[in-house]
Amino acid sequence: MADTPTEAAPRLALRGITKRYPNVLANDGIDLDVLPGEIHAVLGENGAGKSTLMKIIYGVVEPDAGVMRWEGEPVRIDNPARARKLGIGMVFQHFSLFETLTVADNIRLALEPRQSRQLRQRIRDISTRYGLPLTPARRVHTMSVGERQRVEIVRCLLQRPRLLIMDEPTSVLTPQAAQRLFETLRTLASEGVSILYISHKLDEIRALCTRATVLRAGRVTGQCDPRRETTASLARMMIGGDLPHTVHREANAGAPALRVQRLDVPADDPFGTRLSGISFDVREGEILGIAGVSGNGQKELLAALSGERTLARADAIMIDSAPVAKLDAFARRKLGLAFIPEDRLGRGAVPEMNLADNGLLTARGDGNVAHGFIRERSVVAFAKRTIAAFGVKAGGPDAVARSLSGGNLQKFIVGREIGQRPKVLIAAQPTWGVDVGASAQIRQALIDLRERGVAVLVVSEELDELIEICDRLAVMTQGRLSPAKPVRETSAEEIGLLMAGATSGEITPTGTSAPARAEAR
Amino acid sequence: MRLRLEARPVPSRVYVWTAPLIAALATLAVGFVVFSAFGKNPLAAFDAFFIAPIATRYGVAELLLKASPLMLIATGLAIGYRANVWNIGAEGQLTLGAIAGGGVALAVGDALWPPVLLLPAMFVAGAAGGMLWAAIPAWLRTRFNANEILTSLMLVYVATLLLSWLVHGPWRDPEGYNFPQSKIFAANAMLPILLPETRLNAGFLLALAVVAIAWLFVRKHIVGFEMRVAGLSPGAANYAGISWRRNIWLGMLAGGACAGLAGVSEAAGPIGQLLPSMSPGYGFAAIIVAFVGRLHPAGIALASLLMSLLYLGGESAQVNLALPSAVTGLFQGTLLFFLLAADVLVNYRPRMVLA
Repeated sequence: MADTPTEAAPRLALRGITKRYPNVLANDGIDLDVLPGEIHAVLGENGAGKSTLMKIIYGVVEPDAGVMRWEGEPVRIDNPARARKLGIGMVFQHFSLFETLTVADNIRLALEPRQSRQLRQRIRDISTRYGLPLTPARRVHTMSVGERQRVEIVRCLLQRPRLLIMDEPTSVLTPQAAQRLFETLRTLASEGVSILYISHKLDEIRALCTRATVLRAGRVTGQCDPRRETTASLARMMIGGDLPHTVHREANAGAPALRVQRLDVPADDPFGTRLSGISFDVREGEILGIAGVSGNGQKELLAALSGERTLARADAIMIDSAPVAKLDAFARRKLGLAFIPEDRLGRGAVPEMNLADNGLLTARGDGNVAHGFIRERSVVAFAKRTIAAFGVKAGGPDAVARSLSGGNLQKFIVGREIGQRPKVLIAAQPTWGVDVGASAQIRQALIDLRERGVAVLVVSEELDELIEICDRLAVMTQGRLSPAKPVRETSAEEIGLLMAGATSGEITPTGTSAPARAEAR
Repeated sequence: MRLRLEARPVPSRVYVWTAPLIAALATLAVGFVVFSAFGKNPLAAFDAFFIAPIATRYGVAELLLKASPLMLIATGLAIGYRANVWNIGAEGQLTLGAIAGGGVALAVGDALWPPVLLLPAMFVAGAAGGMLWAAIPAWLRTRFNANEILTSLMLVYVATLLLSWLVHGPWRDPEGYNFPQSKIFAANAMLPILLPETRLNAGFLLALAVVAIAWLFVRKHIVGFEMRVAGLSPGAANYAGISWRRNIWLGMLAGGACAGLAGVSEAAGPIGQLLPSMSPGYGFAAIIVAFVGRLHPAGIALASLLMSLLYLGGESAQVNLALPSAVTGLFQGTLLFFLLAADVLVNYRPRMVLA
């Protein structure tokens, strides 16, 4: 990591970049200079305009006004191919992958034809070097969120960019892998590559970045050297106030409410993960966390727990000692299960439906349905209560789910599931891509639920989050689950090692052998 | 300058309802070109096509008469379509409905059943016949994951041949001079006429009642809601524990039942017996009606009137202008084509961009 002299000509200079969407001014006269070889953080809450700005730089979105200079020359970047030609690479927060194609094909599509020689080998090289395990022949639709992001990162690195835009890259990495990525980024920076680093993980930015530009509501509200700031001062610049923090009291756990015994699920496709011998309990009034890099069977476990996939042996999963593994999701809900899925649009919510209808998607009690007929007044009231209780920023129960930001929609889904007073709540990646304020609120809601005696299971890749809210933690690797340990008796390092290291014993041909070997060296 | 389509953040409510009007206007424009190409005065042609058929009381009655089966079938199909259940075989289900309902009428024959007993029995049998025919693709789909678009469509031809065999063979009218047709139904098996001196019958009321029930089901009933969810977002439906099997069965059976009712209405209404062909393609035209009507019961009611007018106009154009009968199909196809094109405006906004 080299401090570049500030008098160096900027590699990329933006002046007065403005982009207006029908309902919102996403970027409002933004100025930004990125110097050669610097790691420049762009900080801001979700909806502050970071993603729009990055899409403008990468040519996905055209600005309504403003000037862009690349290496001193004025440029118009009207499509990503042009951006890549200039030497700009981007790893998106929301992936731009073709699901029906393989990893290698997806990468090949972004490369010039002559670059694709010996592509599979080069993918393996890069993914081994940066600890991003990938199987080039695997199809993207079979992969989890975390694995898909790895494809994006590798795809960018293959193109040897001079400016690399990273949009929340570490949210799906183990701490060790994140550290390794930071090493990579620092190496790239020392080679003269400029890096624009989008994140709201303030510790990360303080550890990695040499300059930070803070956005709020589409405007630049400050610039600083994050190494000289505290987490609290950065947060204040970002949200214009103090960070909410969660309150966590000692657990007062009761009887097991969710019990999983020797759960075996065969992989439903050749690249899926087989679950074998998974056993755990979640007791009333505790939060059990399941950590692990995605793609180790979390998707399969969650589908089996939620009832989206039913199993042959009924007592593999029990809710309040009732065997439920044969029941579908609806029947399990009636027994007191609530589930917050990892995907919001298209799973947790119907994008085209309004919030009232999306409430009714799972909330069938509370007088919402009588004799099979929908009671509209009650449904609207339920949506209003949820919106109010969780401070969802939306036009009201009539707002279409698709029109909400990710964080607001997640708050609504969390509120909807909690609003049904479940006995057992399962949450998958509850704060993925959600801004800090909303994340803190969601975590607090989970803790409050625990205080009321609900059994809560959180499956997440964000280790800090799990350590903050969970009472016990287990780690998932290659379809197996480690015994749960009280959080106080473990550490992020230990869990991180379990997440990555536990794979070294079991190398499978299609599995995550690359990192394991890399680590063994 | 170039034209660019920009995604709208929220689907435009205005265009949801104006797109069909735009499509209708564009269809008229094409009609203008087609009539001119045939050397007909377009204005006279439009008059013959769209005005003359409904200028009389009898014409209006015919409009409603032909709209009834379209309304019935499209309403039933739309229930499935909303849940991504693609029943394309309503024509066959209509045929089976006519066979079953007509079979009851022929079996009862001249026995003096009162119409209040016989007609409901015919409609029940007809709905059951249509549902039976729709149950085959539903079972194949849920059991073997066979695509219902193909299976339901292929069964249309089986149904047509079945009816053809019946009216050529066992059910042929012995006093019918060897024509392939059944006996004419007894008077108590015929639907009562609503407007004297027209052919408009009680089948129209049945269609309106079904539209109202469908509206209640789709908008107010939780199962209708669940089927909408399944159509919009299969992932969310699975998450909420909505059974896709049940949706397929309900979607197919609703379409089959309605098409079966339409078959009985035709047999016991304007036709009055069983013929080798019971419909001029109502089962297929109803697919267009369902989409022009936005899969919404009220929209379908209006769209069926429009489609009915195209049928009448086509006939009138044949008689008065000596245009080929294909002109009806041409207008139907053009209308659907423009509707699908105009639908882009619901989710996208056209914008001129400086190139």
